[in-house]
Amino acid sequence: MEFPMSEWLENHLPKIVLAPSFIAVLVFVYGFIGWTAWVSFTRSKLLPKYEIKGFIQYEKLFASPRWDTAFENLFVFGALFIIIAMVVGLLLAIMLDQQIRTEGLIRTIYLYPMALSMIVTGTAWKWILNPGLGLEATIKGWGYNDFSFDWIVNSEMAIYTIVLAAVWQSSGFVMALFLAGLRSVDGEIIKAAQVDGIPTWRIYTAIIIPSMAPIFLSAFIVLSHLAIKSFDLVIALTGGGPGYSTDLPATYMYAMAFSRGDIGQAASSAMIMMLVVFTIVVPYLYSELRTKNDG
Amino acid sequence: MKFTAIAAISSIALSSATSAIAGPEAEVLHWWTSGGEAKSVAVLQKEFADNGGTWTDMPVAGGGGDAAMAALRARVLSGNAPTAVQLKGPAIQEWYEEGVLADISSVAEAQGWSAVLPASIAGHMKCEGSWCAAPVNVHRVDWIWANASVLEANGIDMPSTWDEFNAAAEKLQAAGIIPLAHGGQAWQDATVFEAVALGILGANGFHKAFVELDEETLTSDAMVAVFDQMRKMRGYVDPNFSGRDWNLATAMVMNGEAAFQIMGDWAKGEFMAAGKVPGEDFLCLSTPGEGFLYNVDSFAMFAVDGEDKTQGQNLLAELIVGQNFQKVFNLNKGSIPARTDVALDEFDTCAHISAADMSASSLSGSLLPSYAHGMALRGAQSGAITDVVTAHFNSDMSSAEAVAQLAKAVANSY
Amino acid sequence: MADLSFDQTQQSKFGKTTLRIILYVLLTLFALYYLLPLFVMVTTSLKSLEEIRTGSLIALPREITFDAWKIAWASACTGIQCEGLRPYFWNSVLLAVPAVLLSTLLGALNGYVVAQWRFRGANLIFSLMLFGCFIPFQVVLLPMARLLGLMGIAGTIPGLIFVHVIYGIGFTTLFFRNYYVTIPSELVKAAKVDGANFLRIFWSIFLPLSLPIIVVTVIWQFTQIWNDFLFGVSFSQAGTQPVTVALNNIVNSTTGVKEYNVDMAAAIIAALPTLLVYVVAGKYFIRGLTAGSVKG
Repeated sequence: MEFPMSEWLENHLPKIVLAPSFIAVLVFVYGFIGWTAWVSFTRSKLLPKYEIKGFIQYEKLFASPRWDTAFENLFVFGALFIIIAMVVGLLLAIMLDQQIRTEGLIRTIYLYPMALSMIVTGTAWKWILNPGLGLEATIKGWGYNDFSFDWIVNSEMAIYTIVLAAVWQSSGFVMALFLAGLRSVDGEIIKAAQVDGIPTWRIYTAIIIPSMAPIFLSAFIVLSHLAIKSFDLVIALTGGGPGYSTDLPATYMYAMAFSRGDIGQAASSAMIMMLVVFTIVVPYLYSELRTKNDG
Repeated sequence: MKFTAIAAISSIALSSATSAIAGPEAEVLHWWTSGGEAKSVAVLQKEFADNGGTWTDMPVAGGGGDAAMAALRARVLSGNAPTAVQLKGPAIQEWYEEGVLADISSVAEAQGWSAVLPASIAGHMKCEGSWCAAPVNVHRVDWIWANASVLEANGIDMPSTWDEFNAAAEKLQAAGIIPLAHGGQAWQDATVFEAVALGILGANGFHKAFVELDEETLTSDAMVAVFDQMRKMRGYVDPNFSGRDWNLATAMVMNGEAAFQIMGDWAKGEFMAAGKVPGEDFLCLSTPGEGFLYNVDSFAMFAVDGEDKTQGQNLLAELIVGQNFQKVFNLNKGSIPARTDVALDEFDTCAHISAADMSASSLSGSLLPSYAHGMALRGAQSGAITDVVTAHFNSDMSSAEAVAQLAKAVANSY
Repeated sequence: MADLSFDQTQQSKFGKTTLRIILYVLLTLFALYYLLPLFVMVTTSLKSLEEIRTGSLIALPREITFDAWKIAWASACTGIQCEGLRPYFWNSVLLAVPAVLLSTLLGALNGYVVAQWRFRGANLIFSLMLFGCFIPFQVVLLPMARLLGLMGIAGTIPGLIFVHVIYGIGFTTLFFRNYYVTIPSELVKAAKVDGANFLRIFWSIFLPLSLPIIVVTVIWQFTQIWNDFLFGVSFSQAGTQPVTVALNNIVNSTTGVKEYNVDMAAAIIAALPTLLVYVVAGKYFIRGLTAGSVKG
């Protein structure tokens, strides 16, 4: 294929290529964040209204014990989910990268949970985790009467069952990301290192993993996105319960906007959520992009 | 027969008034998608088609209509509202206030709805005096279901007071049977709560607390007693109740694992589907206390452009409240007709109790809207109450603390 | 983890075999964790409703029946229509295929620019796009509905494609950028010296190197779009509803009788296209694609 073009076009083409996406993001992400910010200062109920009424929605939000729980859960769930999924994903990718004969099959097994809609897998998990039906009952049935696994019915522990199911669902994709990364590492360097007699684990920790820093960034962003978005999962697995102990900001927001007809309140919770994400993600992005691109 | 004649005449009248159009049209947004419910709606669609209408189905299930409500907002904002939408309770008036509902008074008056609907139910269908929604059915919420042979084996009668219920529950517990089958989901907690509240506060107190949101009643000693009873109820459920679907709780009653369940009359459908017979295999009785908590499904019509669509709305409204649909739909769904002049010969004994209690309580003023099922309050307020109820039920919060939180949550919800 | 060595040189034959065995045991244990819920779903889908009601929910079926699968595909009610998932499948295909292709192509081009053709402000633009990945979708629902209405594509498949492409760009750009950034910039410089231009370098050098990341991106985008429910339910109307909305209608009924066997079968059927993509795309995950050519 030939691609002839004028010099002006050639010089500006990168910008022209990027422009439509950039404009779309400006309007559909930042424009909408602005819209949400505006609505969060109104008393919008069923449908958005645009008359500013001050900070009333934020006052209501901070006075709500349910929001406190949801907010706290975002950190507990988010941190555990991101770290565990990242570690499991990397571990699986490295193990799969050892010339495993049945790689295709195993890779698909690790990946498939992503394909299933959580509306239904939530039900399966609910049964497995239910002490009277699932794992606990089965193992007790084998004669181990002391075995106990009742997190899902325990207000204090239920949030960890969400982590368990979320890791199950997403770690396969993280594995795929790392696997792609591992396979882009220059084979020659590895061979050279092996010839020099460097042990394999050192090759991983000193050469391969550091070279995959951008992949870690991708994994981090994907997982944070999933953590913030975890909605179907909570609804299907615990419905936010016991009580509202597994509520997350996303479920809080959805409940306010659509079942309670309180769009102003939903908007204020969305703003707080994005503020938190902003304060956590921006420093990371900054350091990541800075070190990589100053060359 | 009478009905079809009326429908035929009126649709002729409508179509002759506006001769040049294709005929009535309706796009209907609803969340009745499972087998029995869907078949019930199909009855309506068929009648609609028989009268020359074109029905476009827009089903969105989930969370008692949450997903449908999300879709509805998106549709309204994009300027493309569906013609008819399944809406209920004060949400109808809330949408009316947004200025998006159509007026169907002409149909309602021509059909004489006010003569055949109980006054309190008719009240839900009106927006500032004009009719804006058509009722489909009446579910009773304050039912207690029981396994007949379990009760018999333990020498227990259906309880008519909460003390009797507690005594029966303790006896069952001693016998190693789970007294109360329950699923720990917020709306199920709220369902039990409002049944208990109706029994302890009485009809008048219930109205004050959950319709008027009277602060004095919400913080009264009687309300503390309601939460005390809820704490007792918590002791009667099995340890694995969290998150259980209501129908699995019904199954526990069916197979004798548990004795009672407090649930609306859709639970009957689950018993029936398993081939159980009311009065023999399972028993139904209203929960202890005076009164009747109703959950009425209805359709509201949205303001849309086009003569064919308005015609569709009028025809649909007429058919929904028509005798035939009210009978067939409710036979399928386990509820009873909203209009009081439908012959109930084909209905079962539980439905007969329900219908008799409805007219009696309508006279005595104890026909009350269910708060747990979105009939009594707007979403923000009922949701705030449910948050406290479910937090109390699923923790070791004291009743006094719950009452304090209740008042605060309600005040904070406006 | 440190012992997971595939080392060929220093270890004894015995040690090597032991390590391989440990490796396979670990891989199998993880496979069991991933397969457990599928086991529950498949066994449930093969039971009769009667058996589900009376037996243990996670036991093996006493009698295997495929009725639930037939019902889920062709006759389960999703509203007043009782035609199962079948009629909705095509909507999802019409929607997912163009949306995945478009967003992947855009992502590849954007990633290529941001990684290899940096201009002043390119990093800022990239950061802004990245942060866009974090916007909760519940937030965009209402303003998006309004805009789609104004653009005249509310309730249509093109409207849905549009929405999915917009909110997919951030991720696809991210994946490609972070993949391309590991490719030495000398490659572009050398190609420029040889007289190749912007598109030529992309087409002949970068694209052929991109198979693993294209696989990852397609897997991600296809999964996100095929499984999306929120956009699908909000921006569709009768006739354009995707398969997830139908699945939800089968599964999520509050006051109806629950048919778990049909639910489970329907969920697995709805996931089949995604699984197919995993298997087919997975084939291109071959090692060593990049090994020779990166040298430049």
